[in-house]
Amino acid sequence: MKRSGDMREVGRSLPKIDALGLVRGTPAFTDDLAPREALCVVAVRSPHAHARILSIDATAALAMPGVLAVFTWKDVPRVAVTRAGQGHPEPSPRDRFILDEYVRHVGDEAAIVAAETEEQAREAARAVRVEYEALPPVLDFEAALDNPVVLHPEPEIHENFPIGFEPRRNVASAYNMHVGDVDAVVARSEVVLRRRYYTQAQQHVALEPHCACTWLDVHGRLNVISSTQTPWHVRRIMARALEREVKEIRVVKPRIGGGFGGKQMLHGELYCALATLRTGRPAKMVYTRREVFEATNTRHPMRLDVTLGADRDGTLRAIDLEILSDTGAYGEHALTVFMVAGAKTLPLYNKVEAVRFGGRTVYTNHLPGGAFRGYGAIQGNFALESALDELAGELGLDPIVLREKNMIAEGETSPIFAIMGEGTEGVEMIVESCKLPECIRRGKELIGWDAKGPRREVAPGVFRGLGMALAMQGSGIPTIDMAAATLKLNDFGSFNLLIGATDLGTGSDTILAQIAAETLGVSTGDIIVYASDTDRTPFDTGAYASSTTYVSGHAVRTAALKMREEILVEGARSLGCEPARATFDGCEVRGPAGAITLRDLSAKLLYNEHQKQLMTTGSHLCEKSPPPYMAAFAEVEVDAGTGEVKLVDYVAVVDCGQAINPNLALVQVEGGLAQGIGMALWEEVVYGPQGHLRTRDLMSYKIPGREDLPSIRAELVASHEPSGPFGAKSVGEIGIDTPPAAIANAVAAAVGARVRDLPVTPEKVLNALVLA
Amino acid sequence: MNISLELNGRPANWDVEPGEALLEALRRHGVLSVKRGCDTASCGTCTVLLDGVPVPSCAVPAPRADGRAVTTVEGLPDEAARLGACLAAEGADQCGFCAPGLVVAVVAMSRELEHPDEAAINHYLAGNLCRCGGYVSQTRAIRRYLQEAR
Repeated sequence: MKRSGDMREVGRSLPKIDALGLVRGTPAFTDDLAPREALCVVAVRSPHAHARILSIDATAALAMPGVLAVFTWKDVPRVAVTRAGQGHPEPSPRDRFILDEYVRHVGDEAAIVAAETEEQAREAARAVRVEYEALPPVLDFEAALDNPVVLHPEPEIHENFPIGFEPRRNVASAYNMHVGDVDAVVARSEVVLRRRYYTQAQQHVALEPHCACTWLDVHGRLNVISSTQTPWHVRRIMARALEREVKEIRVVKPRIGGGFGGKQMLHGELYCALATLRTGRPAKMVYTRREVFEATNTRHPMRLDVTLGADRDGTLRAIDLEILSDTGAYGEHALTVFMVAGAKTLPLYNKVEAVRFGGRTVYTNHLPGGAFRGYGAIQGNFALESALDELAGELGLDPIVLREKNMIAEGETSPIFAIMGEGTEGVEMIVESCKLPECIRRGKELIGWDAKGPRREVAPGVFRGLGMALAMQGSGIPTIDMAAATLKLNDFGSFNLLIGATDLGTGSDTILAQIAAETLGVSTGDIIVYASDTDRTPFDTGAYASSTTYVSGHAVRTAALKMREEILVEGARSLGCEPARATFDGCEVRGPAGAITLRDLSAKLLYNEHQKQLMTTGSHLCEKSPPPYMAAFAEVEVDAGTGEVKLVDYVAVVDCGQAINPNLALVQVEGGLAQGIGMALWEEVVYGPQGHLRTRDLMSYKIPGREDLPSIRAELVASHEPSGPFGAKSVGEIGIDTPPAAIANAVAAAVGARVRDLPVTPEKVLNALVLA
Repeated sequence: MNISLELNGRPANWDVEPGEALLEALRRHGVLSVKRGCDTASCGTCTVLLDGVPVPSCAVPAPRADGRAVTTVEGLPDEAARLGACLAAEGADQCGFCAPGLVVAVVAMSRELEHPDEAAINHYLAGNLCRCGGYVSQTRAIRRYLQEAR
């Protein structure tokens, strides 16, 4: 495989292929593309955190102008599904219906209205009379297990394979694993540290609200455009929920305005489909921002109990991580997020004699948890990387020295790789690329770790502190994530690249075009990308689990290698020589006695001689999941009088293998860091005492603005992953993982206040100062 | 009610509903660059120029546009192309949902502020949120655009 030195398209910061069109505002998003005559679909949402619907009277609503249909739980198939966009069969419990007799969080759908205009639909929704029997809600996730209030008593719900599903106990999933005897090793350790940490619910806040539209085409098939990260999973789950054949449905993902995991669940698709199938008319559903807050998903809040056993010299001997996770009203991504909290943190410290991980996810009357960038790893990272800093403090060691002594290295493995996958067993894996030492060295230099020291007083009562954290993620889900790509040679030398991969705005269409161009030897400008259409492109599991570059990238490369072969064969035929004696450099096929340009060959192949269409397909199954790594460093300024924390500097150095497009890789890291900093300092989904959301718009829920962040500095280190396409690993999620721990560690260094409960607010800092 | 406005330099005559936001009226009339992001004038994706002043169109009643000039990114093709090129060169463009509103705000800033430094840029554009990037590459791109525009 080519290395970066002699590559022409890979490794270049080419502009995103859709950049100009998007900046000009070209209609490209779901709501831009919905037919103008589409009906507007609106939900009647529950005002109760937990209630049974006694009756629904839609008479008045149906009599209002423009109203075409009202749907209640009695009008929809009684088929249990999960709305989590995951592989088949889904590792999330099937615990949900299109509409149900019970509502389980404020904002849960009680009925659906379709009308000619959005205003008419909203007015009609207000006129639908729903009689509720309010039930006591479960709002404390630490009291959910075996609570007398059971959220899911319905008999139809089930797990697809054993995930520890015990709905009668409010348990959505449970998992336990261990290597060695943790209790015995802890008992023999010279120093034992036990700490409890909490992470909060966070909202994705993709700037484009969730949106879907549906219509019937000339063949009577249900067409769906959706702001989704997983078109194939949406199609399969829609077919099940609507009791239709998969072949009757087509799902297309157009441009989408950010995802971050928030669009890895189904939202409006099923409701639009109800309206279209009933009326024959196109229908669309555009969530308001309030609906995005009240009726989509959040990051799973967790309670994490960490026990570390170590010797005085800093040798880490045992790690025990026990977690309770709040999956809210439905078990979307319950098990898999939970497992990633261990699977993508614990291998960082692979030299321990014993490791144990386990716990449960429980149902509450909160918003359902869901996929969210980091996907458990950020929660696990906050607990583990905070605890390591606390341990370093107890041992009197530099926190970096403690990590360097115990962290994973190239050529090593961890038993956890084989034991824990996502929902199932994992696969054995030797780490072939891990540049953590370089990441740490460079990060220390950039932040000035040695020069500044951990703590300085910069004004009376104002202290600056440095903190750091390491992180790992994965690159796709082994044995599950599968992607395919097709290349078609056009007359006069261009190629269509048809991919199932789902660009969320990350630029994956661009980097996949770069991989195709590099492999073929042509320019990226000669690759015309069409993606994410269940009818017209090959399959792809979707954009999640940091899989696109590593898994879809391999599929594209395979398709391009096959295309090269076909071009050689046809070029050689045209030149009258054996293929073995011909070469192709991307411009022309050259034989012993002459050459033919790709431009001429492609035109001849379609118009003049031996006419045939060259079209090749590559597919790739993810066989291992090489982690990207990161070392991150935060400098904070803490006012010991007010508890106010100001982030002064943030440095992140990443090993993502060979970056296919360095600029696009860096902006992934920068964006992940911003979201992680938001979670560390400001973002929190807050409920009132009856389960009503207090954070339901961008005035009450704070995401980082440009004046809130320091000039984040992200760098990539040179790295090459032998198993990746052109040496690449993933980069989509790793950026988010470090800020909570690195910032909490920096605050502790600055003023001695250890905050173990995110976000790190001034109030908590002051409380911790009192305790310290 | 009926309103007359100048939309991107051309006269337009629209029927709008009382209480309809300018954002909704624009999208209803096919001006789709203007995006609905938050409904509370917090995110900046619906920014348009009203008589040259940047406003969140979700918070402006459509009748207020009567007799006034409304400019969206469709009316700023050259500026959009130049800023777009800078954003692309820095790898700062991601999903693009916030981009049209950002272009409009940057154009207003470039007309209003003489030589804005980074703090002034961040302050002027504070109402234009981005959730994909960390603002760093975007700020670099904006500075490059302002330099080239001079």
